[in-house]
Amino acid sequence: MQAKTLYDKIWDAHVVTTEPDGTCLIYIDRHLVHEVTSAQAFEGLRIGNRKVRRPELTLAVVDHNIPTSDRSGGINDPESKLQVDTLRDNTKEFGVEYYNEHDIRQGIVHIIGPEQGFTLPGTTVVCGDSHTATHGAFGALAHGIGTSEVEHVLASQTLLQNKSKNMLVKVNGKLGVGVTAKDLTLAVIAKTGTAGGTGHVIEYAGEAIRNLTMEGRMTLCNMAIEGGARAGLVAPDETTFEYLKGRPMAPKGKDWDEAVAYWKTLKSDKDAHFDAIIELDAAEIAPVVTWGTSPEDALAITEVVPAPEDFADEHKQAAAKRSLEYMGLQAGTPLSSIPIDRVFIGSCTNGRIEDLRAVARVVEGKTIAANINAMVVPGSGLVKKQAEDEGIADILKAAGFDWREPGCSMCLGMNPDRLEPGERCASTSNRNFEGRQGHGGRTHLMSPAMAAAAAITGHLTDVRELEATASGGTTT
Amino acid sequence: MKALKELSGVAAPLPMINVDTDMIIPKQYLKTIGRSGLGKGLFHSMRYNDDGSDNPSFVLNQEAYKNASILIAGDNFGCGSSREHAAWAIEDFGIRCVIAPSFSDIFYNNAFKNGMLLIRLPQEQIEDLTRQAEYGANAVFSVDLDSQTVTAPDGATHTFEIDDFRKHCLLNGLDEIALTLEKDSKISSFEKDKASAHSWLTPAA
Repeated sequence: MQAKTLYDKIWDAHVVTTEPDGTCLIYIDRHLVHEVTSAQAFEGLRIGNRKVRRPELTLAVVDHNIPTSDRSGGINDPESKLQVDTLRDNTKEFGVEYYNEHDIRQGIVHIIGPEQGFTLPGTTVVCGDSHTATHGAFGALAHGIGTSEVEHVLASQTLLQNKSKNMLVKVNGKLGVGVTAKDLTLAVIAKTGTAGGTGHVIEYAGEAIRNLTMEGRMTLCNMAIEGGARAGLVAPDETTFEYLKGRPMAPKGKDWDEAVAYWKTLKSDKDAHFDAIIELDAAEIAPVVTWGTSPEDALAITEVVPAPEDFADEHKQAAAKRSLEYMGLQAGTPLSSIPIDRVFIGSCTNGRIEDLRAVARVVEGKTIAANINAMVVPGSGLVKKQAEDEGIADILKAAGFDWREPGCSMCLGMNPDRLEPGERCASTSNRNFEGRQGHGGRTHLMSPAMAAAAAITGHLTDVRELEATASGGTTT
Repeated sequence: MKALKELSGVAAPLPMINVDTDMIIPKQYLKTIGRSGLGKGLFHSMRYNDDGSDNPSFVLNQEAYKNASILIAGDNFGCGSSREHAAWAIEDFGIRCVIAPSFSDIFYNNAFKNGMLLIRLPQEQIEDLTRQAEYGANAVFSVDLDSQTVTAPDGATHTFEIDDFRKHCLLNGLDEIALTLEKDSKISSFEKDKASAHSWLTPAA
């Protein structure tokens, strides 16, 4: 029998039909829906007089549009309110489970799927959102789709797909102190470029990946799309099973045992073929920040802002020139000297409990720098509650952070949380595109620990140095 | 979806790499619950000044390109968000064909679902086509889906690749959901097999 990759195995288990040119109809096991990319899909169903084929396989939540301030009084922005109300009405009409903005289970769609045990290994997961790649952390084949495809999945529980190529990203060794999954995923993108993964599904493997928690693996896979890959995968293991066991929508009893037995088969065969292989040494990765307007513009915090002529390719030179102008940066400036105005902790990349714990560890007993506005937006109502129960919220509030309600918030600024023109932000989100966090806003992507360090000093900072200072200058 | 067999028109050159979907259609246009009328927001931050007036240096504001039906762009066009609004905005503006060295996977799919044709050509051919597109309204390009060719203003013909199924659907303007639902019995038997082999797949709650 031909050796298969993990991706090959999940793909093969979901092919319903195949066209002569290889285009396949793929069965979809789990569908997540939010308010921004679904209204036109439900409207399409109504126009076509179609039903949702299996409503129990779809889970809907509001996240992109909702305010993260107190929302007991409702949503002020009439357009946002209409989109949220439309999702509520559509899910009611079509019989889909829906978490509204007052439900403690509400949160960012890619946080709540795993949190509820809706996301499971070996399943196909789609959502009208590119960061659906997140769910690949569980060994699920998960990717973003457009609204026409959302309608297709609602109507048929399938998707027309062409199989991608296989890419292996192997990270050997151990990550250093202060270096996290976010640094790892940015370092991979810096190496492959934002189009390096186009047409591929990435499987992440190696010792450094095995050692990541589920939260870390989600951060890693979340940004597979920033490297151009529709999906990232980590083979499930005991860490995965332990995370899922007992979650509300996860299998129970005999079903659980059967599921785990199956999930244990989900790994790439030893001799499986990968079309591309990239290897990294974890020990060589330092805490990373971005300097430009593409996630591939990532460098170790110890480096300086590059010059356009540092790039060989003329298109990259032009892009770098434009980025530096937009970001208001001079080539040669040490990254660790760049002052910031805002800090954003949250998003589907880094809005989980482990991320908030990392921030609390850095800021405990300290105060954020003067003139810095720092906000923390938990990824879900349950993450928020857990952080409050663990005392994390108190630590963050005492340090001067603004403690908010869950949602996508300033990752994309569809709600009132956004940067003003020229404001510079240390952000734990996933995209530093022009205007992403607000028109004219300048985004530097980094890990929660690094963003916390920047909040304390008021400039981009190597968290390892801050922690060394705090512990009397010694490093571990 | 609308069929597309052939197309002739002016091509607007946009020689930038990594044009992301936030650039194509920014967040303020995502609050709509409809699909139409997004052309006015296309390339918003490059196309308009802060006071809302047209930025005259942006290609689509130049007289020659106001009616462009083709866009020639740089590598990795449409990267980032899955928002189909990006495809809706381009199509609503009147552009039905984008030619670039590569596209993000999600944007590529979204565009075809909306009757658009995306063409991948090698970098050096894109550079040649971009130079010709810079001649403006006098430079007419022709695209023929059936023969899978782009004819440049200089008369040279460039052949492109496309999956047969995708081509068939676009040439005939087929409704993919209707096509899929014709396979209902195959989907049902797949579901039945899955349910017996993996009962854990049904959500517990």
